[in-house]
Amino acid sequence: MTMRLVLKDVVVQHDRTRVLSGVSASIAAGQIVGLIGPNGAGKSTLLNAIAGQSSSGGKILWCGKPVDMRKIGFMPQQCQVRAELSVLEVILLGRHEQLGWRIADETVGAASRILAFFGIGDLAARGMQTLSGGQQQLVLLAQRLLREPQLLLLDESTSALDVRHQMHVLNLLKDYVAATGALVLIAVHDLNLAARHSDTIMLLNGGRLVGHGTLATVITPDVLRSVYGIEAEFIPSSSGVPVILPLAPTLIQPETIKETR
Amino acid sequence: MTSFSSGLEGMRDGFRRASARRTSVLIGAFIGLVLLTVLDLVTGPSGMPLVDLWHGLLAGPAGNDRMVATILWQLRMPQTVMGVLVGACLGLAGLQMQTILGNPLASPFTLGFSAAAGFGAALAIMFGSLIPLPGFLVVPACAFAMTLVACGLVYLIARLRGSTPEILVLGGIAVLFFFQSLQSLLQFLASPEVLQQIVFWMFGSLLKSTWTSVAVTAAIACACLPFIARSTWALTTLRLGDANARSLGLSVENIRRHTFLIVALLTAAAVSFVGTIGFVGLIAPHVARALVGEDHRFSLPLAAVTGAIILIGASVFGKFISPAAVIPVGIITAVAGVPMLFAVIAKRGQGGMA
Repeated sequence: MTMRLVLKDVVVQHDRTRVLSGVSASIAAGQIVGLIGPNGAGKSTLLNAIAGQSSSGGKILWCGKPVDMRKIGFMPQQCQVRAELSVLEVILLGRHEQLGWRIADETVGAASRILAFFGIGDLAARGMQTLSGGQQQLVLLAQRLLREPQLLLLDESTSALDVRHQMHVLNLLKDYVAATGALVLIAVHDLNLAARHSDTIMLLNGGRLVGHGTLATVITPDVLRSVYGIEAEFIPSSSGVPVILPLAPTLIQPETIKETR
Repeated sequence: MTSFSSGLEGMRDGFRRASARRTSVLIGAFIGLVLLTVLDLVTGPSGMPLVDLWHGLLAGPAGNDRMVATILWQLRMPQTVMGVLVGACLGLAGLQMQTILGNPLASPFTLGFSAAAGFGAALAIMFGSLIPLPGFLVVPACAFAMTLVACGLVYLIARLRGSTPEILVLGGIAVLFFFQSLQSLLQFLASPEVLQQIVFWMFGSLLKSTWTSVAVTAAIACACLPFIARSTWALTTLRLGDANARSLGLSVENIRRHTFLIVALLTAAAVSFVGTIGFVGLIAPHVARALVGEDHRFSLPLAAVTGAIILIGASVFGKFISPAAVIPVGIITAVAGVPMLFAVIAKRGQGGMA
């Protein structure tokens, strides 16, 4: 059976406000899915619901079964670490369930290898609290990958990284997906980043899924105008993926102001 | 590729070296504790040369030299062993409390445990004669029971409103004030003689220890150890913050509630027989973290050893400055704790859990 994430009428309410209403989708594994949408669209809420961190209505099935928190990788948005632990120790905690009084050479080796892949081997002995926000983000991402999850949910996990590290991490994720056939769901604000690195795009707006498909079908000037309220130009580039250049925010239509009154 | 694999080996060696260094710190601290324990055994109103101590220890409680055997096995040994146990319990409880509350100011007493124990003891001192139990057991039993009541109250609040650090601390403060005011009421009603006894109980003192109290405390501590050992990695993971720990599949609420119960048991075991001993449970975790970091495989045992060192050190110091009338260790740790706390604050003012 192929691995697949199925969402059926997923609903999330905070107090009495509906932050996610009736999201349904069927997502095949073996790809990177970019989750985009304006602030408050429900991206984090959806990821939290899939990860089982918040209660939700509807059905969320991974490989036909409810999601098992212990078998997936999830990186929430706010996760600064302020503990006196070294980077390597933090990576090792990615397998905290399996650690005993003595840590096997093999486990330490796996943790070191992940650090080297992320290009942060030189940080291994550094104290976590001495790192910058971006470095911490790299470490915590690497920690999630040590768990070798088949389903990886990332909430703005590259937001604090510089351009080079963003590309490096997303290429790593691509290799990881190619090697393991995993599914990576990543919420991003940077439309170009989403366009460039994801196989499929999911667009959320106002708690609803308003677009799901390839880049060309989901992100169009019309969609950007109606969902984000911006005018944008699509400039062809040598990579084959057009560059999205925001030009100006569209004025709020006079009618909508009247309506809300 | 060779530089890649040598980089990996470098990381692994670095990690092993760091572990070895921590192990040696732990062993060093343990040797220090053993030496202090010997020092504690040879100091006292009557003194005792090391040779006598050696022979007395070898001969056992039924040794031929009756005086040495009595002083060693009946008077000093219970106090010293109790000191080690109480210090270790408070150190362990303190570190776990600071970890689950994510707060460097937390101690075994943060959630009102000592106030509850004090109230239980005061209650027993005033009305103990009404309870059909041997006198020397009534006060500790009441103190123990009251600590568990306090723990139950906070647990209930956490169960109802969620086990976040904020809820636990707020609930703990409420419990603290509740028992403190009850205790004030008892003190107000008590006769001068009873009041004096209550006040004396509140100054934690090892003089109250007997082999019975040692046995009970040791039994409780030993019963808690397997649970502490099992939650070692969970506690370390919790230090990544709730969001991270939860996303790594850890049941944050459960580990917090379970640890909280263990802390209550350890604290109750520590204070019920000897009375309130402040600052050990606050300082020992800071020292342990400063020396070995927050990998709880190292910091938990080191906090226990450090707690024992502080308490036995206070005991030796107390006997040293006033051999005739031993100053209660609770007073010494409280007085000595303030400069130690200042040192901790000065050394690690900002960032992280100091």
